[in-house]
Amino acid sequence: MNAQAPAPVPADLAVAPALPDVLKPRKPLTGFTGFLRKNPSIAIGGALLGVMFFIAVFAPLLWTVDPTSISPARRTRVPSELYWFGTDMLGRDIYSRVIYGARVSLLVGFSVAILASIAGLTIGLFSGFVRVADGIIMRVIDGMMSIPPILLAIALMALTRGSVQNVIIAITIAEIPRVARLVRGVVLSLREQPYVDAAVAAGTRTPMIIFRHILPNTMAPMSVQATYICASAMIVEAILSFIGAGIPPATPSWGNIMAEGRALWQVRPHIILFPAIFLSLTVLAVNLLGDGLRDALDPRMAKNL
Amino acid sequence: MSAEPILQVNDLKKHYPIRGGFFSGVTANVYAVDGISFHIDKGETLSLVGESGCGKSTVGKAILRLFPITAGQVVLGGQRIDQLSAGKLRPLRQRVQVVFQDPYSSLNPRMRVRDILAEPMTNFGLATGKDAITERAMKLMDKVGLPRDAVHRWPHEFSGGQRQRIGIARALAAEPEIIICDEAVSALDVSVKAQIVNLLGDLQKELGLALLFISHDLAIVEHMTHRVAVMYLGKIVEMGTKQQIFAAPRHPYTKALLSAVPVPDPKVKRERILLKGDVPSPINPPKGCRFNTRCPYVFDRCRIEEPPLRAMAEGHVAACHLHDLPAADNPLLTQGEPAPVHA
Repeated sequence: MNAQAPAPVPADLAVAPALPDVLKPRKPLTGFTGFLRKNPSIAIGGALLGVMFFIAVFAPLLWTVDPTSISPARRTRVPSELYWFGTDMLGRDIYSRVIYGARVSLLVGFSVAILASIAGLTIGLFSGFVRVADGIIMRVIDGMMSIPPILLAIALMALTRGSVQNVIIAITIAEIPRVARLVRGVVLSLREQPYVDAAVAAGTRTPMIIFRHILPNTMAPMSVQATYICASAMIVEAILSFIGAGIPPATPSWGNIMAEGRALWQVRPHIILFPAIFLSLTVLAVNLLGDGLRDALDPRMAKNL
Repeated sequence: MSAEPILQVNDLKKHYPIRGGFFSGVTANVYAVDGISFHIDKGETLSLVGESGCGKSTVGKAILRLFPITAGQVVLGGQRIDQLSAGKLRPLRQRVQVVFQDPYSSLNPRMRVRDILAEPMTNFGLATGKDAITERAMKLMDKVGLPRDAVHRWPHEFSGGQRQRIGIARALAAEPEIIICDEAVSALDVSVKAQIVNLLGDLQKELGLALLFISHDLAIVEHMTHRVAVMYLGKIVEMGTKQQIFAAPRHPYTKALLSAVPVPDPKVKRERILLKGDVPSPINPPKGCRFNTRCPYVFDRCRIEEPPLRAMAEGHVAACHLHDLPAADNPLLTQGEPAPVHA
């Protein structure tokens, strides 16, 4: 083609109209915004969770009053300009209680996720590498898994008094078996990878094999599992508080607020409604994040790790 | 042949127990490798060939001591390594390295090429300091024909053939005397396969490496090997130089294998020996000669007595009772039509 001097178009030549550009060139999605565009569930879940974190951290600044101050004269008010979410049967401001309740839920959710991951990772790695211990550990884990986690947490809470710390410990113990199973399975499959054999042949000691070749490759499934545990722990905490086996009633937690509103739910449904909305949104956010992570960390989809 | 072989394997056995029942007792054994012996000299290639499931890879892994062996000896440079503790064995591991079949799972996806190559260097104290290690890694890249800046990349950025070169570079990083190539080119396509085979050949000449080349591909084996050992069901049935094995096979199984190799000449008409049935289970190998269920020349003695490896020529052994017959009656020597399979 001669680009410098276009030949003059003959007068009798029909010229086709320019076709619309159907296949517009697309810029590849790169960088942080590109990552969020490609993984909308991570973006939505992360944003929602970020809002919840913001609420929890800056609770005193968000037009709240003391969530524990009671004023019986103003009890069971419906939502109004003064009491955004109404008041409960002791006249406490539900908006303030719900906002402060985010602290408990997020603390429990993330503490359990982290503690259960660390404990499960340790047990799973040990079980996957020490074949002698494997049978014994796995039978104990099987036994623990045969009890529903909520029931196990209730039983553990029955042994002690209610406090945030004890709730975290109880839920962690109930969640450990699932992590340990997952990690053991991943370790058993990674152990058979040729690159592990090659590392053994290259003279790498077993602890280094674990830290260099096994552990980094368990992180993808682990982080996904951790988000599900986080969501599940928040729900279990609410359930424990709801049935009175969890956080002491004075501390505002979403489960506690719902438990106190239970008796009045037919006449004053808003007492249960608002903490339930917050709990649902937080759990949804964590689950969205988990689903997004699972897809993003899948090696078949991810070239950009 | 030089006086001292680099690697000597004597009567190596690897049996896997099958546990079953309520108390997990041993109910049976898989006789994966059942008494094989061979040696490899410096700078020599020995190919271990056979069908899948015959125990070739188990031999390679046993030499690498990736698991304890059941019986026998592995002698590396005059020193027995099969009974050594993990700590005493570790420095000796430097001398034997490995290249695996699957270029995708043989590199840790979460380590950069430099770190993959650094692992054997630091373990064996061949290089210290970040710069020295990177420099050595780059030299290894030169050796295996990859660009130097490849050391800073991740395994998933490379193709299968390039990954296999990285695998070879990792094996070379330890400065070994022998490399076990466990089906090292089987997963690659033909043109890449040829490149890798030539690379291995060049490296062998340059560095005086010994290779244990485990393969089922006789065409590749013929191209690059010095000696061949043919395995069937955990045993070596025939071993000899390349010329002896390819020109004058002395075991019916070797003959059958060779007859299956395609010849790049359409005019050559060749007798295909088709083996009937499958390889018997290594859990319950046939009595007598292990090949008796599929051998076209089988006779009564084969089902009772196990044939020992008999010397056919200098450095050529085969395990077949036919060689006790007079030469005129031996179908392996007369090159006649294979007799019809008895029952």
